[in-house]
Amino acid sequence: MGSVLCLVTAAEGAADEVSLQALAAASALAAGGAVHALVIGEAGAAAAGAAAHELGAWGATQVHVATHPSLTSFAPDAWARILADLADTLGVAAVVGPGSDAGNTVLARVAARLDLPFAANCTQVVPGDTVVVTRSRWGGSLLEEAAINATRAILTTQPHAVAKTSTGGSAAVATFAPTLDDADLAVRVVGHVDAAKAGVSLAEAKIVISGGRGVGSTDGFAPIEELAGLLGAAVGCSRAVTISGWRPHTDQVGQTGTKIAPDLYIACGISGATQHMAGVKGAKKILAINKDHEAPIMTGADYAVIGDLATVVPAISAEIKRRRG
Amino acid sequence: MASFPSSAKVVIIGAGIVGNSIAYHLANLGWKDIVQIDKGPLPNPGGSTGHASNFLYLADHNKEMAELTLESARQYQDWDVYTMCGGLEVARSQERLNELRRKVDSSKNWGINSRMVTPAEIKALVPFINEEILVGGFYSPEVGVCDSLQFGTLCREKAEAMGALQSFAMTEVTAMGVEDGRIKTVTTNRGVIEAEYVIIACGVWAPLLAEMAGAYIPLTPVVHQMADYGPVPLFEKSSKAIGYPIVRDMDVLMYERQDGIGFEVGSYAHRSILHDPETIPSNEAAALSPTEFPFTQDDFDPQLEDALELFPEILGDEKVGQKYAINGLIALTPDGMPVLGETPEVKGLWAAAAVWVKEGPAVGKAVAEWMVHGEPSIDLNQSDISRFHAHQKTRKHTKARAFEAFPKTYGIVHPAEQYLSDRPLRKTPMYDWQKAHDAEFFEVAGWERAQWYKCNAPLVKKYGVQTRPNEWDARWWSPIINAEHLAMREAAGIFDLSAFAIFDILGVGALASVQGVAMRQMDVAVGKVVYTPVLSETGGFKSDLTIMRLAKNHFRVVTGGAHGMADLKWFKDNLAPMASIVDLTTAYTTIGVWGPRARDIVQSLTRADMSHKAFPFGTCRDVEMGSQIVLASRISYVGDLGWELYVPMEQGQRLWDELWAAGEQYGLTACGMGVYGTTGRLEKGYRAYGAELDNDYTTAEAGMLPPKIKDADFIGRDAVVRQLEQPLSATCCILTVDDHDSASGEKRYMLGRQPITMPDGTPIEDSKGRRSYANSAGASPSTGKHVLMAYLPPALAVVGTKLAVEYFQEHYPVTVAVAGAGALFDPENLRIRG
Amino acid sequence: MCIKRVPAVAGRITLTDGDRAIDARYLGFTIGPHEECGVEEAVRLIEAHSGESVVLTLGPAEATEQLRDAMALGITRAIHLVTDGEEWDGQSAAAAIVDAVRADEATQGPFDLILLGNEAADSGGYQVGVRIGRALGRPAVAGIKGLAVAEGKVRCEQEAAGGRDVYEVPLPAVVSVLEGINLPRYPSVPGRIRAKSKPIAPSSPERPEQRLAMIRLVVPQVAATEAVILGHGPDAAPAVVDMLASLGVL
Repeated sequence: MGSVLCLVTAAEGAADEVSLQALAAASALAAGGAVHALVIGEAGAAAAGAAAHELGAWGATQVHVATHPSLTSFAPDAWARILADLADTLGVAAVVGPGSDAGNTVLARVAARLDLPFAANCTQVVPGDTVVVTRSRWGGSLLEEAAINATRAILTTQPHAVAKTSTGGSAAVATFAPTLDDADLAVRVVGHVDAAKAGVSLAEAKIVISGGRGVGSTDGFAPIEELAGLLGAAVGCSRAVTISGWRPHTDQVGQTGTKIAPDLYIACGISGATQHMAGVKGAKKILAINKDHEAPIMTGADYAVIGDLATVVPAISAEIKRRRG
Repeated sequence: MASFPSSAKVVIIGAGIVGNSIAYHLANLGWKDIVQIDKGPLPNPGGSTGHASNFLYLADHNKEMAELTLESARQYQDWDVYTMCGGLEVARSQERLNELRRKVDSSKNWGINSRMVTPAEIKALVPFINEEILVGGFYSPEVGVCDSLQFGTLCREKAEAMGALQSFAMTEVTAMGVEDGRIKTVTTNRGVIEAEYVIIACGVWAPLLAEMAGAYIPLTPVVHQMADYGPVPLFEKSSKAIGYPIVRDMDVLMYERQDGIGFEVGSYAHRSILHDPETIPSNEAAALSPTEFPFTQDDFDPQLEDALELFPEILGDEKVGQKYAINGLIALTPDGMPVLGETPEVKGLWAAAAVWVKEGPAVGKAVAEWMVHGEPSIDLNQSDISRFHAHQKTRKHTKARAFEAFPKTYGIVHPAEQYLSDRPLRKTPMYDWQKAHDAEFFEVAGWERAQWYKCNAPLVKKYGVQTRPNEWDARWWSPIINAEHLAMREAAGIFDLSAFAIFDILGVGALASVQGVAMRQMDVAVGKVVYTPVLSETGGFKSDLTIMRLAKNHFRVVTGGAHGMADLKWFKDNLAPMASIVDLTTAYTTIGVWGPRARDIVQSLTRADMSHKAFPFGTCRDVEMGSQIVLASRISYVGDLGWELYVPMEQGQRLWDELWAAGEQYGLTACGMGVYGTTGRLEKGYRAYGAELDNDYTTAEAGMLPPKIKDADFIGRDAVVRQLEQPLSATCCILTVDDHDSASGEKRYMLGRQPITMPDGTPIEDSKGRRSYANSAGASPSTGKHVLMAYLPPALAVVGTKLAVEYFQEHYPVTVAVAGAGALFDPENLRIRG
Repeated sequence: MCIKRVPAVAGRITLTDGDRAIDARYLGFTIGPHEECGVEEAVRLIEAHSGESVVLTLGPAEATEQLRDAMALGITRAIHLVTDGEEWDGQSAAAAIVDAVRADEATQGPFDLILLGNEAADSGGYQVGVRIGRALGRPAVAGIKGLAVAEGKVRCEQEAAGGRDVYEVPLPAVVSVLEGINLPRYPSVPGRIRAKSKPIAPSSPERPEQRLAMIRLVVPQVAATEAVILGHGPDAAPAVVDMLASLGVL
């Protein structure tokens, strides 16, 4: 296979993990050919440059840094043009990027500009005249093997599906000024609003504590509220609870309520019906507190306490308070 | 977690409302070593209980169902998992309003509190209803909503606390072992368990489990659509999760109820959507639960407009949305009744399926009693799994009947209504002849039977038979029945009785077998025919049937087709050593010839002496008739001179033809089952199993006590002896209707199962708390009366007592014509013994 | 608003059709959560600004179910690009939609805003929106969780570290939205009834050679997790708090 171009996104002077993973995929795809890395930044941005210098160690054989005075903020079409132009200039056989929000939208735009297919979130790439990829569907619940029927493959890698590979090599870094016009800059970040401080929304909370049928009543949520207060968590509930009118529908977690993706989900007195579990798939860790050791929540949980939430939850709060003095 | 046991007394498969209830009740009756398994998780393993709407309407036309529901409501209340919110059934049409009146009639029979309400009263109960489209309704204040999951959890906890139960979730049955016709093992993904008893209580999956053991549980999963709308602002303000009566919008086959801040809408109005148990997905593969199939909105949409019309305030609110909707699976059987009891195929293997949440706890109790005591305290004969004939066990038949019955879930079903699908199934030898003579066929046990013959229509005029002006009274009925009856009484009638179930009991233990089951003395001379009650252990009726002694060690049992298979199992279960039983139902056909000229007709075909002296009543023998040897039995269920004639099926038509030809000069008329089953028996006061006779009444009350209780032991003997020491609580009576005029002036004719009340409408209850109602009703063409049979307390069971019958919420005067044993027509039995 | 009919996957996925499709017999069909929010956003925009909302799908005949669902929520009319059920890759799907948009705009006037879900729930292609934007020469913004239209512009918000980045592009534009942009409403009964009589314009585009061609689908093997039992009853509290500490959430 020929050479490959890989988009590298960086923050605070260091390349993203997901970009280094993409770089590993690009190396695999190049199969010995040149691996070009592209870093894009504001004119003279030290950050971009700093990130660029480490890329040789992660598989890049040539690093390109594109700087432009208009690139003070993210502008996906501009990035796409730079990437597409460079790909043409270099005559690469493939363009790769990280399967992050930015990576996916930029690579999709590259494909649109070049009228080529685009394979997002690949977990595996097999080089060849026709590149064959395995890619993630259904948020990772399913994989697809697909052939990219194009002379130039455009793809992103699924975050954390491909391991970054340290090659210990080094690469020359060349900085250039890309050509951009106004149309390329029509879509760009023009401002920023800070996150609201008050209240923890279910969808965005880092910790969510939910109560289910086992809570028994509106008042039964008091210990859960207390623990949530101690942990800075949002309080949710199962469908059984909203149907019983113990909590408003906006608190409902699940397929028919809010789908959540916290670092920790604590399910209290929730049996774990499928429709509920569908809404907590994004949780990194799940702690189940349930009387029934055979409740389905147990098979989906990482940690479990067998017992009545009415006594277990206050005990946890007390223990936290004790340790905090 | 406890390790999986290798043996148990009982294995209960299923942890829905039924399995949980049985587990508790078995434990409560003292059984230990009960193991319950379910392939799903607890407390909601994913069966139909998990998506049940959980409400209990107590009223039912059917006594067995009403009793099961009443008992279940009591249990839910006892454990504080019942919200009594009341229930309405509303009518948009006059036809439905009448049906609701009939429902109030039925409620009164079983002591269920209910009444008719006006649209204004409905509005007062449910302020958000559009009463303007209603003509009235039925209100039952004790209707409520249970928490079936919580009840199940309590069942398990209590049984566990008694040290009787271990429950295992996520445990799937893969095989069942049967040895010598008895259940032996259950193989699961957790290991093999040996068990004395296995109960299949897993609803829509039950047929698959039964098949593993070579048994049949005929039911099919059927979709019932439900959707939840909300949040309803009115309910958000309310402090109660269920603060308003449930409303059944009967005309459009739907129900609606408050469920927290939501409004649940359920429908039986959509097309019948049937599934096969094999195709129900696993818990893992199901989108929701295995029995919650994806909602098919197109099927539901037409009903939405109906629901909106009744509840514009709630469902017309643009902010109230459809939050959750499912095609929930429920189980339907070929005849709509549950499937309970020990399977006829495998000893020790019990079924408890096709049970709704409203019946679950009572079924649990009754099945547990049945297993522990041998008999349930609620008569379950209509739910008994042994009722099924072979064809009814098939998938095709089950689905055909379920498909037909589903739309009638909230329908107005006439008591005589016939299934139309999957017919004809069983044709008697005379089927073609009957068809050629314009028979109106009714079905029993799969048999096509002539109910009346349209070719007999001219007899209606000849005998001046009155027709019934009201369409309901005349539905599934014809004045030809009464005309055929009169023709029989005048000359003779010929009846096709092929549907009889016939089984022979043979061997040196044959006498002991029949003696132990029959109440009447069976140690009789060869050639005797004995009509006998068959009793339960507690002295109620299990059946009534005829037994012929054909030889010293050879008895022939003849019983009605509908109940025949259950009788067969009962005799099998109680067979004495050295006896065997053979089902000959389809080997013999039976032709009945009765009437004053019956002897002339039969005699003309045989050189045997058919005179009263030579062939007395209550005897049977082989006689030669033309080219056939016929077993002739001189008894009668229509109260006239004549014989039942038994020949092999394949010779039935020949005998029929010969009788028909011989009968021409005597005025022989082909008579349908309308005469045999209703008019003939009623005016003679003959009781019928399932009408006058069930486990709730004694032989003394039924007036069927033999002159002497035989010395030989028989099932129920101890109970009968005890009963005789007690004063009689009720007596079976014949009542005549004195005046048929309704308020509108239309003449009405009761069809049975109506309350018998005091003249002022007060219900009548006997000392055992049983209400009086018309167990049967029908014409007595010979006397020109419309007659009812009913049990009355002794004070009222006096000839001449004036009472009333309640029919569509009007009262009609009746008079006790016969109290206890006796007949309205030919009370001296001169005809039979002529 | 562009939507896609997909199986309502919730439990374990089983495959069918030679491992080229999900066995949806017991799943039913729906649209992805991003699209649910997109439909809601479209309805809200029209409620706030008046005008007309159109739902478009490229899918099998049965996808009328999803079109009606969207119209039950308040969408005015529907365009149905009827397929034989075969999947279309992002490139061909975008091309077909562009053709349909052009055809519709030729008679009905231009769309101010074309909305899509950020990525289809099933195929997860992340591209149809930007391809449409490119083909129509309209700005395309993706990954949007906040949207406001004013004075010929659309202001879009995207989650970013510490808050939200803001884009502002002139109309007409293409915006791909993410779940969470709003809380979608449920269909009301009157909405459902109205939807029945709303028009669906069908057409049957030709499916071109697929350039991202599916070979087969694979259900990934996930090791069954057994929960670590931290204890029974209140005595488990110290173990729970230890665990919380190890996760760094205390």
